[in-house]
Amino acid sequence: MKIVDALLNTNTFSPSELATRYRADFPILDICVNDKSLVYLDNAASSQMPQQVIDRLVRYQTAQHANIHRAVHYLSEVATHEYETARRSLQHFINAREDREIIFTSGTTESINLVMHGYGRKFIQQDDEIILTNLEHHSNIVPWQMLAEEKGARIRVVPINDAGELLIEEYEKLFNSRTRFVAITHVSNALGTINPIKNMIAFAHMKGVPVLVDGAQAAAHIKIDVQDLDCDFYAFSAHKMCGPTGVGILYGKAHLLESMQPFKGGGDMIASVTFEKTTYNTIPYKFEAGTPPIAAAIGFGSAIEYLSKIGMDTIAAYEHELLSYATEQLEGMPGVRIIGNTRTKVAVISFTIEGVHPHDVGTLLNQEGIAVRTGHHCAQPIMQRYNIPATSRASFAFYNTKAEVDALVAGIQSVQKVFS
Amino acid sequence: MNLKSIYQEVILDHNRKPRNYGTLDDANHHALGHNPLCGDRIEVALHLEGEKIDRIAFHGESCAICKASASMMTANVKGKSRAEAETLIKEFREMVVGDLDLEGPHHLGRLAVFAGVRDLPTRVKCAILPWHTLHAALNSVAMASTEATENSAQTATNA
Ligand SMILES: Cc1ncc(COP(=O)(O)O)c(C=O)c1O
Repeated sequence: MKIVDALLNTNTFSPSELATRYRADFPILDICVNDKSLVYLDNAASSQMPQQVIDRLVRYQTAQHANIHRAVHYLSEVATHEYETARRSLQHFINAREDREIIFTSGTTESINLVMHGYGRKFIQQDDEIILTNLEHHSNIVPWQMLAEEKGARIRVVPINDAGELLIEEYEKLFNSRTRFVAITHVSNALGTINPIKNMIAFAHMKGVPVLVDGAQAAAHIKIDVQDLDCDFYAFSAHKMCGPTGVGILYGKAHLLESMQPFKGGGDMIASVTFEKTTYNTIPYKFEAGTPPIAAAIGFGSAIEYLSKIGMDTIAAYEHELLSYATEQLEGMPGVRIIGNTRTKVAVISFTIEGVHPHDVGTLLNQEGIAVRTGHHCAQPIMQRYNIPATSRASFAFYNTKAEVDALVAGIQSVQKVFS
Repeated sequence: MNLKSIYQEVILDHNRKPRNYGTLDDANHHALGHNPLCGDRIEVALHLEGEKIDRIAFHGESCAICKASASMMTANVKGKSRAEAETLIKEFREMVVGDLDLEGPHHLGRLAVFAGVRDLPTRVKCAILPWHTLHAALNSVAMASTEATENSAQTATNA
Protein backbone atom coordinates (compact mmCIF):
# COMPACT_ATOMS: atom_id res chain seq x y z
CA MET A 1 0.00 0.00 0.00
CA LYS A 2 2.81 2.34 1.01
CA ILE A 3 4.57 1.84 -2.30
CA VAL A 4 1.46 2.63 -4.26
CA ASP A 5 0.88 5.79 -2.22
CA ALA A 6 4.42 6.89 -2.78
CA LEU A 7 3.94 6.44 -6.48
CA LEU A 8 0.70 8.34 -6.50
CA ASN A 9 2.34 11.28 -4.83
CA THR A 10 5.01 11.82 -7.38
CA ASN A 11 4.60 13.11 -10.86
CA THR A 12 7.74 11.57 -12.20
CA PHE A 13 8.01 7.84 -12.17
CA SER A 14 9.68 5.35 -14.38
CA PRO A 15 7.43 4.15 -17.16
CA SER A 16 7.98 0.60 -15.97
CA GLU A 17 5.79 1.34 -12.97
CA LEU A 18 2.82 2.29 -15.08
CA ALA A 19 1.05 -1.06 -15.10
CA THR A 20 1.52 -1.57 -11.37
CA ARG A 21 0.06 1.82 -10.80
CA TYR A 22 -3.08 1.56 -12.94
CA ARG A 23 -3.82 -2.15 -13.15
CA ALA A 24 -5.99 -2.12 -10.06
CA ASP A 25 -8.45 0.16 -11.86
CA PHE A 26 -9.47 -2.77 -14.08
CA PRO A 27 -11.59 -5.25 -12.12
CA ILE A 28 -11.83 -7.73 -14.99
CA LEU A 29 -8.07 -8.30 -14.94
CA ASP A 30 -8.51 -10.15 -11.63
CA ILE A 31 -10.64 -12.97 -13.01
CA CYS A 32 -9.39 -16.52 -13.45
CA VAL A 33 -9.67 -18.47 -16.69
CA ASN A 34 -9.24 -22.22 -16.56
CA ASP A 35 -8.04 -21.81 -12.99
CA LYS A 36 -5.22 -19.50 -14.07
CA SER A 37 -5.00 -15.74 -13.62
CA LEU A 38 -6.21 -14.05 -16.76
CA VAL A 39 -3.44 -12.72 -19.01
CA TYR A 40 -5.30 -10.44 -21.38
CA LEU A 41 -3.30 -9.85 -24.54
CA ASP A 42 -6.11 -9.17 -26.99
CA ASN A 43 -6.29 -5.43 -26.56
CA ALA A 44 -6.15 -4.70 -30.28
CA ALA A 45 -9.50 -6.46 -30.64
CA SER A 46 -11.01 -4.75 -27.62
CA SER A 47 -9.48 -3.31 -24.48
CA GLN A 48 -10.84 -3.51 -20.94
CA MET A 49 -12.70 -0.85 -18.99
CA PRO A 50 -11.51 0.81 -15.78
CA GLN A 51 -13.80 1.22 -12.79
CA GLN A 52 -13.89 4.99 -13.39
CA VAL A 53 -15.61 4.48 -16.76
CA ILE A 54 -17.90 1.76 -15.40
CA ASP A 55 -18.91 4.17 -12.61
CA ARG A 56 -19.53 6.93 -15.12
CA LEU A 57 -21.91 4.69 -17.06
CA VAL A 58 -23.72 3.79 -13.86
CA ARG A 59 -24.02 7.44 -12.84
CA TYR A 60 -25.41 8.41 -16.21
CA GLN A 61 -27.88 5.58 -16.18
CA THR A 62 -28.98 6.14 -12.60
CA ALA A 63 -29.23 9.93 -12.57
CA GLN A 64 -28.83 11.57 -15.97
CA HIS A 65 -30.53 9.61 -18.69
CA ALA A 66 -33.03 11.03 -21.16
CA ASN A 67 -33.11 11.60 -24.89
CA ILE A 68 -30.99 14.50 -26.07
CA HIS A 69 -31.60 17.63 -28.15
CA ARG A 70 -35.34 17.09 -27.91
CA ALA A 71 -36.97 18.36 -24.79
CA VAL A 72 -36.84 21.24 -22.37
CA HIS A 73 -37.07 19.10 -19.26
CA TYR A 74 -34.29 18.76 -16.73
CA LEU A 75 -33.01 15.29 -17.61
CA SER A 76 -32.93 16.01 -21.31
CA GLU A 77 -30.86 19.10 -20.63
CA VAL A 78 -28.45 17.19 -18.40
CA ALA A 79 -28.06 14.33 -20.87
CA THR A 80 -27.56 16.77 -23.75
CA HIS A 81 -24.97 18.66 -21.74
CA GLU A 82 -23.05 15.49 -20.85
CA TYR A 83 -23.19 14.21 -24.43
CA GLU A 84 -21.85 17.48 -25.79
CA THR A 85 -19.19 17.55 -23.07
CA ALA A 86 -18.02 14.14 -24.29
CA ARG A 87 -17.81 15.55 -27.80
CA ARG A 88 -15.58 18.35 -26.52
CA SER A 89 -13.38 15.86 -24.63
CA LEU A 90 -12.83 14.08 -27.92
CA GLN A 91 -12.19 17.34 -29.71
CA HIS A 92 -9.43 18.21 -27.25
CA PHE A 93 -8.07 14.67 -27.21
CA ILE A 94 -7.23 14.83 -30.92
CA ASN A 95 -6.78 18.61 -31.01
CA ALA A 96 -9.57 19.27 -33.51
CA ARG A 97 -10.16 22.92 -34.26
CA GLU A 98 -13.90 22.83 -33.52
CA ASP A 99 -16.26 20.52 -31.66
CA ARG A 100 -18.62 20.31 -34.66
CA GLU A 101 -15.86 18.43 -36.46
CA ILE A 102 -16.46 15.45 -34.16
CA ILE A 103 -19.29 13.15 -35.26
CA PHE A 104 -20.38 10.33 -33.02
CA THR A 105 -20.80 7.06 -34.92
CA SER A 106 -21.19 3.45 -33.87
CA GLY A 107 -17.46 2.90 -34.40
CA THR A 108 -14.62 3.01 -36.90
CA THR A 109 -16.48 0.86 -39.39
CA GLU A 110 -19.44 3.20 -39.47
CA SER A 111 -17.16 6.25 -39.62
CA ILE A 112 -15.48 4.91 -42.75
CA ASN A 113 -18.81 3.97 -44.29
CA LEU A 114 -20.07 7.47 -43.53
CA VAL A 115 -17.21 8.98 -45.54
CA MET A 116 -17.71 6.47 -48.33
CA HIS A 117 -21.40 7.41 -48.62
CA GLY A 118 -21.21 11.08 -47.74
CA TYR A 119 -18.05 12.00 -49.60
CA GLY A 120 -17.27 9.10 -51.92
CA ARG A 121 -20.67 8.69 -53.54
CA LYS A 122 -20.87 12.40 -54.15
CA PHE A 123 -17.36 13.16 -55.38
CA ILE A 124 -15.93 9.96 -56.81
CA GLN A 125 -16.87 9.09 -60.38
CA GLN A 126 -16.22 6.52 -63.05
CA ASP A 127 -12.51 5.83 -63.73
CA ASP A 128 -11.44 7.73 -60.62
CA GLU A 129 -8.89 6.07 -58.38
CA ILE A 130 -8.81 5.42 -54.65
CA ILE A 131 -5.52 4.57 -52.94
CA LEU A 132 -5.49 2.02 -50.11
CA THR A 133 -2.61 0.08 -48.57
CA ASN A 134 -1.73 -3.57 -48.12
CA LEU A 135 -2.04 -3.04 -44.36
CA GLU A 136 -5.73 -2.19 -44.24
CA HIS A 137 -8.31 -3.83 -42.04
CA HIS A 138 -11.26 -5.16 -44.04
CA SER A 139 -13.33 -2.23 -42.80
CA ASN A 140 -11.10 0.16 -44.73
CA ILE A 141 -11.17 -2.01 -47.86
CA VAL A 142 -14.70 -3.29 -48.35
CA PRO A 143 -16.55 0.07 -48.30
CA TRP A 144 -14.17 1.40 -50.97
CA GLN A 145 -14.61 -1.72 -53.06
CA MET A 146 -18.37 -1.29 -52.84
CA LEU A 147 -17.99 2.30 -53.99
CA ALA A 148 -15.59 1.35 -56.78
CA GLU A 149 -18.02 -1.25 -58.01
CA GLU A 150 -20.95 1.13 -57.92
CA LYS A 151 -19.12 3.94 -59.71
CA GLY A 152 -16.75 2.04 -61.95
CA ALA A 153 -13.82 3.50 -60.02
CA ARG A 154 -10.50 1.73 -59.34
CA ILE A 155 -8.68 0.69 -56.16
CA ARG A 156 -4.87 1.07 -56.10
CA VAL A 157 -2.89 -0.58 -53.34
CA VAL A 158 0.36 0.55 -51.70
CA PRO A 159 2.58 -2.54 -51.22
CA ILE A 160 4.70 -3.37 -48.16
CA ASN A 161 8.16 -4.83 -47.67
CA ASP A 162 8.99 -7.93 -45.61
CA ALA A 163 9.28 -5.89 -42.43
CA GLY A 164 5.66 -4.81 -42.85
CA GLU A 165 6.45 -1.22 -43.86
CA LEU A 166 4.68 0.66 -46.63
CA LEU A 167 6.79 1.34 -49.71
CA ILE A 168 6.49 5.10 -49.80
CA GLU A 169 8.07 5.48 -53.24
CA GLU A 170 5.44 3.12 -54.61
CA TYR A 171 2.77 5.12 -52.85
CA GLU A 172 3.92 8.30 -54.52
CA LYS A 173 4.04 6.59 -57.91
CA LEU A 174 0.37 5.58 -57.61
CA PHE A 175 -0.83 9.17 -57.90
CA ASN A 176 -2.10 10.35 -61.26
CA SER A 177 -4.73 12.72 -62.61
CA ARG A 178 -7.50 10.24 -61.69
CA THR A 179 -6.55 9.91 -58.01
CA ARG A 180 -9.45 11.21 -55.93
CA PHE A 181 -9.06 9.74 -52.47
CA VAL A 182 -6.59 8.09 -50.10
CA ALA A 183 -7.69 5.83 -47.21
CA ILE A 184 -4.88 4.57 -44.99
CA THR A 185 -4.54 3.03 -41.59
CA HIS A 186 -2.47 4.87 -39.02
CA VAL A 187 -1.42 1.60 -37.36
CA SER A 188 -1.76 -1.91 -38.76
CA ASN A 189 -3.96 -4.07 -36.54
CA ALA A 190 -2.32 -7.29 -37.70
CA LEU A 191 1.35 -6.27 -37.49
CA GLY A 192 1.47 -3.14 -35.35
CA THR A 193 3.31 -1.05 -37.97
CA ILE A 194 2.94 2.71 -37.46
CA ASN A 195 2.68 4.28 -40.90
CA PRO A 196 4.35 7.63 -41.72
CA ILE A 197 0.96 9.20 -42.31
CA LYS A 198 1.98 12.80 -41.81
CA ASN A 199 4.28 12.69 -44.84
CA MET A 200 1.80 10.62 -46.80
CA ILE A 201 -0.93 13.16 -46.13
CA ALA A 202 1.34 16.06 -47.13
CA PHE A 203 2.14 14.29 -50.39
CA ALA A 204 -1.53 13.60 -51.15
CA HIS A 205 -2.41 17.22 -50.43
CA MET A 206 0.30 18.36 -52.80
CA LYS A 207 -1.66 16.43 -55.41
CA GLY A 208 -4.93 17.90 -54.19
CA VAL A 209 -6.24 14.59 -52.82
CA PRO A 210 -8.01 14.26 -49.43
CA VAL A 211 -6.98 11.58 -46.95
CA LEU A 212 -8.95 9.46 -44.50
CA VAL A 213 -6.99 7.87 -41.68
CA ASP A 214 -8.25 4.74 -39.94
CA GLY A 215 -7.08 5.40 -36.41
CA ALA A 216 -8.71 2.38 -34.75
CA GLN A 217 -5.37 0.95 -33.65
CA ALA A 218 -3.60 4.23 -33.04
CA ALA A 219 -5.81 6.31 -30.79
CA ALA A 220 -5.24 4.20 -27.67
CA HIS A 221 -1.46 4.16 -28.08
CA ILE A 222 -0.21 7.34 -29.73
CA LYS A 223 -0.95 11.00 -29.13
CA ILE A 224 -3.13 12.16 -32.04
CA ASP A 225 -3.11 15.74 -33.29
CA VAL A 226 -5.36 16.02 -36.33
CA GLN A 227 -4.28 19.60 -37.04
CA ASP A 228 -0.63 18.66 -37.02
CA LEU A 229 -1.31 15.59 -39.19
CA ASP A 230 -3.56 17.72 -41.37
CA CYS A 231 -5.68 14.65 -42.19
CA ASP A 232 -9.09 15.30 -43.72
CA PHE A 233 -10.84 12.49 -41.85
CA TYR A 234 -9.80 10.43 -38.83
CA ALA A 235 -11.80 7.52 -37.40
CA PHE A 236 -11.62 5.42 -34.23
CA SER A 237 -13.66 3.31 -31.79
CA ALA A 238 -14.16 3.68 -28.04
CA HIS A 239 -13.97 -0.01 -27.24
CA LYS A 240 -10.30 -0.22 -28.17
CA MET A 241 -9.43 2.55 -25.73
CA CYS A 242 -11.04 1.63 -22.41
CA GLY A 243 -14.49 2.79 -23.48
CA PRO A 244 -17.72 0.95 -24.25
CA THR A 245 -18.71 -0.82 -27.47
CA GLY A 246 -21.21 0.75 -29.83
CA VAL A 247 -19.59 4.16 -30.18
CA GLY A 248 -16.73 5.79 -32.06
CA ILE A 249 -16.06 9.01 -33.84
CA LEU A 250 -15.39 10.44 -37.21
CA TYR A 251 -13.30 13.59 -37.23
CA GLY A 252 -13.67 15.56 -40.45
CA LYS A 253 -12.55 19.00 -41.49
CA ALA A 254 -15.59 21.26 -41.19
CA HIS A 255 -15.65 22.44 -44.80
CA LEU A 256 -15.49 18.85 -46.06
CA LEU A 257 -18.23 17.66 -43.75
CA GLU A 258 -20.36 20.57 -44.89
CA SER A 259 -19.85 19.67 -48.53
CA MET A 260 -20.94 16.06 -48.00
CA GLN A 261 -24.33 14.47 -48.37
CA PRO A 262 -25.92 12.92 -45.27
CA PHE A 263 -25.34 9.23 -44.65
CA LYS A 264 -28.57 8.31 -42.89
CA GLY A 265 -31.89 10.08 -42.86
CA GLY A 266 -34.05 10.53 -39.80
CA GLY A 267 -34.71 12.64 -36.74
CA ASP A 268 -32.17 15.16 -35.43
CA MET A 269 -30.33 15.40 -38.75
CA ILE A 270 -32.85 17.82 -40.22
CA ALA A 271 -33.56 21.52 -39.88
CA SER A 272 -37.07 21.30 -41.31
CA VAL A 273 -39.18 18.71 -43.02
CA THR A 274 -42.17 19.02 -45.28
CA PHE A 275 -43.28 16.41 -47.76
CA GLU A 276 -41.93 18.63 -50.52
CA LYS A 277 -38.49 19.31 -49.09
CA THR A 278 -36.20 18.60 -46.18
CA THR A 279 -33.46 20.97 -45.09
CA TYR A 280 -30.59 19.28 -43.35
CA ASN A 281 -29.26 20.29 -40.00
CA THR A 282 -25.79 21.76 -39.58
CA ILE A 283 -22.78 19.59 -38.76
CA PRO A 284 -22.24 17.50 -36.70
CA TYR A 285 -25.99 16.82 -36.36
CA LYS A 286 -26.46 16.32 -40.08
CA PHE A 287 -24.61 13.02 -39.61
CA GLU A 288 -26.17 11.94 -36.33
CA ALA A 289 -29.60 10.75 -37.42
CA GLY A 290 -31.81 9.18 -34.79
CA THR A 291 -31.07 8.70 -31.11
CA PRO A 292 -27.32 8.22 -30.79
CA PRO A 293 -25.64 5.87 -28.29
CA ILE A 294 -25.81 8.53 -25.59
CA ALA A 295 -24.60 6.45 -22.66
CA ALA A 296 -21.75 4.99 -24.70
CA ALA A 297 -20.69 8.41 -25.94
CA ILE A 298 -20.56 9.71 -22.36
CA GLY A 299 -18.60 6.60 -21.36
CA PHE A 300 -16.27 7.33 -24.28
CA GLY A 301 -15.70 10.83 -22.93
CA SER A 302 -14.91 9.35 -19.54
CA ALA A 303 -12.42 6.89 -21.07
CA ILE A 304 -10.72 9.78 -22.86
CA GLU A 305 -10.39 11.67 -19.60
CA TYR A 306 -8.99 8.58 -17.92
CA LEU A 307 -6.35 8.11 -20.62
CA SER A 308 -5.53 11.81 -20.72
CA LYS A 309 -4.93 11.85 -17.01
CA ILE A 310 -2.28 9.16 -17.41
CA GLY A 311 -1.01 10.94 -20.52
CA MET A 312 -0.72 9.46 -23.97
CA ASP A 313 3.03 10.09 -24.06
CA THR A 314 3.48 8.19 -20.80
CA ILE A 315 1.37 5.34 -22.15
CA ALA A 316 3.36 5.25 -25.38
CA ALA A 317 6.67 5.22 -23.51
CA TYR A 318 5.62 2.36 -21.26
CA GLU A 319 4.13 0.31 -24.07
CA HIS A 320 7.29 0.77 -26.07
CA GLU A 321 9.31 -0.60 -23.19
CA LEU A 322 6.93 -3.55 -22.92
CA LEU A 323 7.15 -4.18 -26.66
CA SER A 324 10.94 -4.17 -26.60
CA TYR A 325 10.95 -6.65 -23.74
CA ALA A 326 8.37 -8.94 -25.39
CA THR A 327 10.12 -8.78 -28.77
CA GLU A 328 13.42 -9.70 -27.18
CA GLN A 329 11.85 -12.64 -25.36
CA LEU A 330 9.99 -14.01 -28.37
CA GLU A 331 12.86 -13.48 -30.80
CA GLY A 332 14.97 -15.68 -28.59
CA MET A 333 12.56 -18.62 -28.84
CA PRO A 334 13.40 -21.35 -31.34
CA GLY A 335 10.60 -22.01 -33.82
CA VAL A 336 8.91 -18.67 -33.12
CA ARG A 337 8.73 -16.21 -35.98
CA ILE A 338 7.55 -12.65 -35.55
CA ILE A 339 5.61 -11.35 -38.55
CA GLY A 340 6.22 -7.66 -39.11
CA ASN A 341 9.40 -6.39 -37.50
CA THR A 342 9.64 -2.75 -38.36
CA ARG A 343 11.13 -0.57 -35.65
CA THR A 344 8.16 1.78 -35.64
CA LYS A 345 5.47 -0.32 -34.08
CA VAL A 346 2.87 -0.17 -31.37
CA ALA A 347 2.88 -2.99 -28.83
CA VAL A 348 1.50 -5.71 -31.10
CA ILE A 349 3.32 -8.94 -31.85
CA SER A 350 2.02 -11.21 -34.56
CA PHE A 351 3.79 -14.54 -34.56
CA THR A 352 3.78 -18.08 -35.83
CA ILE A 353 5.11 -21.20 -34.16
CA GLU A 354 6.74 -23.70 -36.45
CA GLY A 355 4.64 -26.81 -36.89
CA VAL A 356 1.66 -25.51 -34.94
CA HIS A 357 -1.40 -23.94 -36.51
CA PRO A 358 -2.38 -20.61 -34.89
CA HIS A 359 -5.77 -21.97 -33.87
CA ASP A 360 -4.14 -24.69 -31.85
CA VAL A 361 -1.86 -22.05 -30.33
CA GLY A 362 -4.89 -19.99 -29.33
CA THR A 363 -6.72 -22.93 -27.75
CA LEU A 364 -3.67 -24.10 -25.82
CA LEU A 365 -2.77 -20.60 -24.59
CA ASN A 366 -6.35 -20.12 -23.47
CA GLN A 367 -5.93 -23.19 -21.37
CA GLU A 368 -3.20 -21.28 -19.54
CA GLY A 369 -5.52 -18.31 -19.08
CA ILE A 370 -3.80 -16.34 -21.84
CA ALA A 371 -6.03 -14.48 -24.30
CA VAL A 372 -4.50 -13.84 -27.72
CA ARG A 373 -6.20 -13.55 -31.05
CA THR A 374 -5.57 -16.08 -33.78
CA GLY A 375 -6.65 -15.93 -37.39
CA HIS A 376 -6.34 -13.46 -40.23
CA HIS A 377 -7.27 -10.46 -38.03
CA CYS A 378 -9.71 -9.14 -40.65
CA ALA A 379 -6.67 -8.34 -42.77
CA GLN A 380 -6.50 -11.17 -45.27
CA PRO A 381 -4.38 -9.20 -47.78
CA ILE A 382 -1.58 -9.13 -45.19
CA MET A 383 -1.76 -12.89 -44.70
CA GLN A 384 -1.64 -13.33 -48.48
CA ARG A 385 1.39 -11.02 -48.63
CA TYR A 386 3.30 -13.26 -46.18
CA ASN A 387 1.78 -16.40 -47.66
CA ILE A 388 0.51 -17.66 -44.33
CA PRO A 389 -3.06 -18.65 -43.44
CA ALA A 390 -3.10 -16.92 -40.07
CA THR A 391 -1.03 -15.74 -37.13
CA SER A 392 -1.35 -15.55 -33.38
CA ARG A 393 -1.33 -11.99 -32.13
CA ALA A 394 -0.46 -10.69 -28.69
CA SER A 395 -1.52 -7.06 -28.34
CA PHE A 396 -0.64 -5.11 -25.23
CA ALA A 397 -2.11 -2.23 -23.25
CA PHE A 398 -0.52 -0.04 -20.59
CA TYR A 399 -1.99 -2.29 -17.89
CA ASN A 400 -0.05 -5.33 -19.10
CA THR A 401 3.11 -6.24 -17.21
CA LYS A 402 6.43 -7.86 -17.97
CA ALA A 403 5.27 -10.77 -15.81
CA GLU A 404 2.48 -11.27 -18.35
CA VAL A 405 5.02 -11.32 -21.16
CA ASP A 406 6.82 -14.03 -19.20
CA ALA A 407 3.54 -15.92 -18.89
CA LEU A 408 3.15 -15.72 -22.67
CA VAL A 409 6.65 -17.08 -23.17
CA ALA A 410 5.93 -19.97 -20.79
CA GLY A 411 2.62 -20.54 -22.58
CA ILE A 412 4.34 -20.76 -25.95
CA GLN A 413 6.83 -23.21 -24.49
CA SER A 414 4.01 -25.40 -23.24
CA VAL A 415 2.39 -25.29 -26.70
CA GLN A 416 5.68 -26.39 -28.24
CA LYS A 417 5.92 -29.21 -25.72
CA VAL A 418 2.46 -30.53 -26.60
CA PHE A 419 3.40 -30.55 -30.27
CA SER A 420 6.98 -31.78 -29.86
CA MET B 1 -12.98 -29.90 -17.40
CA ASN B 2 -9.56 -30.41 -18.86
CA LEU B 3 -9.29 -28.64 -22.17
CA LYS B 4 -5.98 -30.26 -22.83
CA SER B 5 -7.89 -33.47 -23.30
CA ILE B 6 -8.56 -32.58 -26.93
CA TYR B 7 -4.82 -32.60 -27.61
CA GLN B 8 -4.52 -36.25 -26.65
CA GLU B 9 -1.74 -38.41 -27.98
CA VAL B 10 -3.96 -40.05 -30.62
CA ILE B 11 -4.89 -36.69 -32.07
CA LEU B 12 -1.33 -35.35 -31.93
CA ASP B 13 -0.10 -38.53 -33.58
CA HIS B 14 -2.59 -38.27 -36.45
CA ASN B 15 -1.64 -34.62 -36.85
CA ARG B 16 2.05 -35.50 -37.06
CA LYS B 17 1.60 -38.51 -39.29
CA PRO B 18 -1.72 -38.11 -41.07
CA ARG B 19 -3.04 -41.33 -42.65
CA ASN B 20 -4.22 -41.31 -46.27
CA TYR B 21 -2.67 -37.90 -46.79
CA GLY B 22 -2.26 -36.90 -50.42
CA THR B 23 -4.18 -37.04 -53.66
CA LEU B 24 -5.96 -39.87 -55.45
CA ASP B 25 -5.45 -40.18 -59.19
CA ASP B 26 -8.49 -42.30 -59.93
CA ALA B 27 -10.94 -40.59 -57.58
CA ASN B 28 -14.51 -40.55 -58.80
CA HIS B 29 -15.81 -38.35 -56.00
CA HIS B 30 -14.17 -35.36 -54.38
CA ALA B 31 -14.99 -32.13 -52.61
CA LEU B 32 -13.21 -29.13 -51.21
CA GLY B 33 -14.02 -28.10 -47.65
CA HIS B 34 -13.39 -24.60 -46.38
CA ASN B 35 -13.82 -22.87 -43.07
CA PRO B 36 -13.68 -19.20 -43.99
CA LEU B 37 -13.51 -18.14 -40.36
CA CYS B 38 -10.13 -19.69 -39.70
CA GLY B 39 -8.90 -20.51 -43.16
CA ASP B 40 -8.88 -24.30 -42.79
CA ARG B 41 -9.09 -25.83 -46.23
CA ILE B 42 -9.07 -29.53 -47.06
CA GLU B 43 -9.82 -31.64 -50.06
CA VAL B 44 -11.28 -35.13 -49.76
CA ALA B 45 -11.06 -37.49 -52.73
CA LEU B 46 -12.40 -41.01 -52.85
CA HIS B 47 -12.97 -43.91 -55.16
CA LEU B 48 -16.38 -45.48 -54.84
CA GLU B 49 -16.57 -49.04 -56.17
CA GLY B 50 -20.29 -49.68 -56.34
CA GLU B 51 -21.43 -48.66 -52.87
CA LYS B 52 -18.06 -49.26 -51.24
CA ILE B 53 -15.39 -46.64 -50.50
CA ASP B 54 -12.34 -48.60 -51.53
CA ARG B 55 -9.83 -45.73 -51.59
CA ILE B 56 -9.81 -42.31 -49.94
CA ALA B 57 -7.31 -39.52 -49.47
CA PHE B 58 -7.23 -35.95 -48.19
CA HIS B 59 -4.87 -33.02 -48.19
CA GLY B 60 -4.89 -29.33 -47.31
CA GLU B 61 -3.92 -26.63 -44.84
CA SER B 62 -5.47 -26.89 -41.45
CA CYS B 63 -5.10 -26.89 -37.69
CA ALA B 64 -4.26 -30.06 -35.77
CA ILE B 65 -7.83 -30.80 -34.78
CA CYS B 66 -9.02 -30.64 -38.37
CA LYS B 67 -6.11 -32.63 -39.74
CA ALA B 68 -6.36 -35.36 -37.11
CA SER B 69 -10.10 -35.54 -37.63
CA ALA B 70 -9.57 -35.97 -41.39
CA SER B 71 -6.87 -38.56 -40.86
CA MET B 72 -8.95 -40.67 -38.48
CA MET B 73 -12.01 -40.23 -40.65
CA THR B 74 -10.31 -41.58 -43.76
CA ALA B 75 -8.84 -44.48 -41.81
CA ASN B 76 -12.31 -45.27 -40.49
CA VAL B 77 -14.42 -45.08 -43.60
CA LYS B 78 -12.01 -46.84 -45.93
CA GLY B 79 -13.59 -50.15 -46.90
CA LYS B 80 -16.98 -49.14 -45.58
CA SER B 81 -20.16 -48.70 -47.57
CA ARG B 82 -21.55 -45.28 -48.39
CA ALA B 83 -24.42 -45.91 -45.95
CA GLU B 84 -22.03 -46.86 -43.15
CA ALA B 85 -20.00 -43.72 -43.81
CA GLU B 86 -23.13 -41.57 -43.67
CA THR B 87 -23.99 -43.10 -40.30
CA LEU B 88 -20.53 -42.17 -39.00
CA ILE B 89 -20.86 -38.66 -40.38
CA LYS B 90 -24.15 -38.24 -38.58
CA GLU B 91 -22.89 -39.68 -35.30
CA PHE B 92 -19.66 -37.68 -35.41
CA ARG B 93 -21.55 -34.44 -35.94
CA GLU B 94 -23.92 -35.25 -33.11
CA MET B 95 -21.01 -36.06 -30.83
CA VAL B 96 -19.08 -32.83 -31.37
CA VAL B 97 -22.11 -30.66 -30.80
CA GLY B 98 -22.98 -32.61 -27.68
CA ASP B 99 -26.11 -34.32 -29.01
CA LEU B 100 -24.83 -37.89 -28.83
CA ASP B 101 -24.94 -40.06 -25.75
CA LEU B 102 -21.59 -41.79 -25.89
CA GLU B 103 -22.79 -44.32 -23.32
CA GLY B 104 -25.48 -45.48 -25.74
CA PRO B 105 -24.94 -47.50 -28.92
CA HIS B 106 -22.85 -45.87 -31.63
CA HIS B 107 -20.23 -46.77 -34.21
CA LEU B 108 -17.57 -44.16 -33.50
CA GLY B 109 -15.01 -46.31 -31.69
CA ARG B 110 -11.75 -44.35 -31.25
CA LEU B 111 -13.27 -41.32 -32.92
CA ALA B 112 -14.76 -40.67 -29.49
CA VAL B 113 -11.48 -38.86 -28.61
CA PHE B 114 -13.03 -35.88 -30.38
CA ALA B 115 -15.89 -35.68 -27.87
CA GLY B 116 -13.91 -33.02 -25.97
CA VAL B 117 -14.36 -30.40 -28.69
CA ARG B 118 -17.98 -29.96 -27.65
CA ASP B 119 -16.51 -27.89 -24.79
CA LEU B 120 -14.58 -25.72 -27.26
CA PRO B 121 -17.33 -24.04 -29.27
CA THR B 122 -14.85 -22.15 -31.44
CA ARG B 123 -13.16 -25.39 -32.47
CA VAL B 124 -16.19 -27.59 -33.24
CA LYS B 125 -16.06 -26.49 -36.85
CA CYS B 126 -12.42 -27.55 -37.14
CA ALA B 127 -13.30 -31.11 -36.15
CA ILE B 128 -16.42 -31.26 -38.30
CA LEU B 129 -15.00 -29.83 -41.54
CA PRO B 130 -13.56 -33.12 -42.92
CA TRP B 131 -16.88 -34.85 -42.27
CA HIS B 132 -18.85 -32.11 -44.01
CA THR B 133 -16.47 -32.48 -46.90
CA LEU B 134 -16.79 -36.25 -47.03
CA HIS B 135 -20.56 -35.90 -47.02
CA ALA B 136 -20.31 -33.41 -49.88
CA ALA B 137 -18.02 -35.73 -51.83
CA LEU B 138 -20.33 -38.70 -51.35
CA ASN B 139 -23.22 -36.59 -52.57
CA SER B 140 -21.28 -35.16 -55.49
CA VAL B 141 -21.18 -31.61 -54.18
CA ALA B 142 -17.94 -29.89 -55.09
CA MET B 143 -17.75 -27.41 -52.22
CA ALA B 144 -18.46 -27.69 -48.52
CA SER B 145 -18.27 -24.79 -46.14
CA THR B 146 -18.74 -24.61 -42.40
CA GLU B 147 -20.50 -21.30 -42.93
CA ALA B 148 -23.42 -22.37 -45.06
CA THR B 149 -26.57 -23.98 -43.83
CA GLU B 150 -27.10 -27.68 -44.29
CA ASN B 151 -24.32 -29.23 -46.25
CA SER B 152 -23.84 -26.33 -48.56
CA ALA B 153 -24.77 -27.71 -51.90
CA GLN B 154 -23.48 -24.87 -54.02
CA THR B 155 -21.94 -26.25 -57.14
CA ALA B 156 -22.67 -29.81 -58.00
CA THR B 157 -20.17 -31.53 -60.22
CA ASN B 158 -19.23 -35.11 -60.53
CA ALA B 159 -16.07 -36.74 -61.69
C1 LIG C 1 -7.32 -1.01 -38.09
C2 LIG C 1 -8.76 -1.23 -37.79
N1 LIG C 1 -9.69 -0.58 -38.49
C3 LIG C 1 -10.99 -0.74 -38.23
C4 LIG C 1 -11.45 -1.58 -37.26
C5 LIG C 1 -12.91 -1.73 -37.04
O1 LIG C 1 -13.29 -1.21 -35.82
P1 LIG C 1 -14.77 -1.44 -35.28
O2 LIG C 1 -15.02 -2.91 -35.35
O3 LIG C 1 -14.72 -0.93 -33.89
O4 LIG C 1 -15.68 -0.67 -36.16
C6 LIG C 1 -10.53 -2.29 -36.50
C7 LIG C 1 -10.98 -3.24 -35.46
O5 LIG C 1 -10.48 -4.31 -35.29
C8 LIG C 1 -9.15 -2.11 -36.77
O6 LIG C 1 -8.23 -2.79 -36.08
